[in-house]
Amino acid sequence: MIFRLAMKNILGAGLRTWLNIFILSLSYFVIIALQGLYVGWQDDASREMKNWDFAGGQYWQETYDPYDPFTLEESHATIPEDLQKLIANGEAISILFSPATIYTDGRMRNIVLKGIEPSQNLIELPTNFLTDSDGEINCIIGSGFADNLNIKEGDYIVLRWRDKNGTYDACDLKVAHIFSTTVITVESNQVWISLSILQEMLGLPNEGTIITVKDEKYKKEFFSWQHKDLDFLLLDLTKMIKAKTIGSSIMYMLMLFLAMLAIFDTQVLSIFRRRKEMGTMMALGMTRLKIIQLFTLEGVLHAVLAILMGAVYGIPLLSHFEKVGMKIGMDAKEWGLSGLDDALYPVYGWKLVFGTIVLVLIIVTIVSFLPTRKIAKLKPTDALRGKMTK
Amino acid sequence: MNIIIIEKMSKHYPIGGGKFTALKDIDLEFTKGEFTGIVGPSGSGKTTLLNIIGSLDTQSEGNVEVMGNPIRKLSSKKAAKLRSQHIGFIFQTYNLLPVYTVFENVEFPLILLGISAEKRKEAVLDALEWVGLSDKAKSRPAQLSGGECQRVAIARAIVKKPNLVLADEPTANLDAENSHHILKTMKKLNEKLGTTFIFSTHDAKVIQYLRRKISLLDGKVSNDEIINEDDYDL
Repeated sequence: MIFRLAMKNILGAGLRTWLNIFILSLSYFVIIALQGLYVGWQDDASREMKNWDFAGGQYWQETYDPYDPFTLEESHATIPEDLQKLIANGEAISILFSPATIYTDGRMRNIVLKGIEPSQNLIELPTNFLTDSDGEINCIIGSGFADNLNIKEGDYIVLRWRDKNGTYDACDLKVAHIFSTTVITVESNQVWISLSILQEMLGLPNEGTIITVKDEKYKKEFFSWQHKDLDFLLLDLTKMIKAKTIGSSIMYMLMLFLAMLAIFDTQVLSIFRRRKEMGTMMALGMTRLKIIQLFTLEGVLHAVLAILMGAVYGIPLLSHFEKVGMKIGMDAKEWGLSGLDDALYPVYGWKLVFGTIVLVLIIVTIVSFLPTRKIAKLKPTDALRGKMTK
Repeated sequence: MNIIIIEKMSKHYPIGGGKFTALKDIDLEFTKGEFTGIVGPSGSGKTTLLNIIGSLDTQSEGNVEVMGNPIRKLSSKKAAKLRSQHIGFIFQTYNLLPVYTVFENVEFPLILLGISAEKRKEAVLDALEWVGLSDKAKSRPAQLSGGECQRVAIARAIVKKPNLVLADEPTANLDAENSHHILKTMKKLNEKLGTTFIFSTHDAKVIQYLRRKISLLDGKVSNDEIINEDDYDL
């Protein structure tokens, strides 16, 4: 009965109802759209970072610190026997790092020189281009870095490095391939060459800085090597996306606040304007509790109808974005964010959709109920005269 | 059989530091099937008396029993139940629910009683026929004249066939022709259904229809008389 009456009342209120419903439906849409973008970004970025860099986890030589370039020179150790077996089976790859300098276009640039096995296929890096030919040393670099240095495929760059004894040496590298990736950690200021060549250049045979393993469950402990699982390796990304999510939350909280204000205002106005109606309902035998339920339900029904309205325009729009992605409108690499492609592909899970619906319903219920508490004190005789009982 | 007993009833309202006495030492009894008017000038306590009888308000002193229910002891929920089951109200300003159709307005008290849709429909159509508004069932209050609105209010009051209908100045907003029409309708229903009608009024036109006239002056009963039924012109 209450539902039927509430439905009639809010639909009978005409344009005001539909405006409130539209604003509320926009809140649903914005929350789901924005959250979906971040979920999509996190999914994409995590997948790309696993595909291009982390695979199933990594072992770091114990002194290696990616945030401290001065550790690079000393961060190498002999690869443990068990890990060597994994590498031989194609279930792990060894990567050796060394600080180095390149000279291109008359300028000097400090880089990290990375050595990797050309035949590996554990990560998506196109290392097959590193196979030496004609006595030249091939290297591959990322497209962002290449653009930055104004380098093209087939160009030569001068490399200067220091071996384990501290002796400087130099050679030419041929840019065999420029790869495109969204993963900054394998591109930024990095030059990739064949592992065996780098080991020879540095005088560090059979040594590596990190070992990337295929199997997430492989976590065996080795002396002077530290295992880093995916949770650790993706922590920076997760933290950054979380920070961005909090930032975007302010926007949708503002949206939600506006919608709630509209509902609250409507409820207060409704209770104020409809005192006589409440008095009539009381005179006809409706209890105060039922009237409170009726007015609260009227507010909640705004949220329910907003779900339906939101679904009408939201489902096609969100599905469209899910398929074609949302263009960022500029080169994502300039933002320096890993996993951020030219377009973001949002992901709208049931958890996100239902979570948003439940959240909004709970807030609307509270906001709808608060003004109705006045009804509990309302005397029928005052209500019939259009007064509020003090 | 008395359906309403009022003994030594007074009603005071707090005003500033003191109190205003709206009704004082009222003793009245009403039997089933009465068609009674409470007359008196504005501020004489007519509406207050109707509100107390209708359990919308409570007396300050004395005893008021409506169909065996002591008004002052009723909880708000029991008072609502009493109104829902036994009392119909007609207001000066009609008090129709604006977003509902005529049919839905008349149906409202039956919904509160939990009556099935089928029986509700039958009862509403009967009530609308009694007041001559069968053709307006789908109209909304804003589309009706004042007289029609009041007839809808009468239909809403009598649709549940209550024991008692309380009408507060039912003709105050109507012209002479509509007032007579309304009063005739109510009189007809009083006779047909045996429902007790109690009006508050200061409209001279109403008085000729009354069977009993109770005069109030300054919150006291100044006169209580039975009017000759031969004067009715139905």
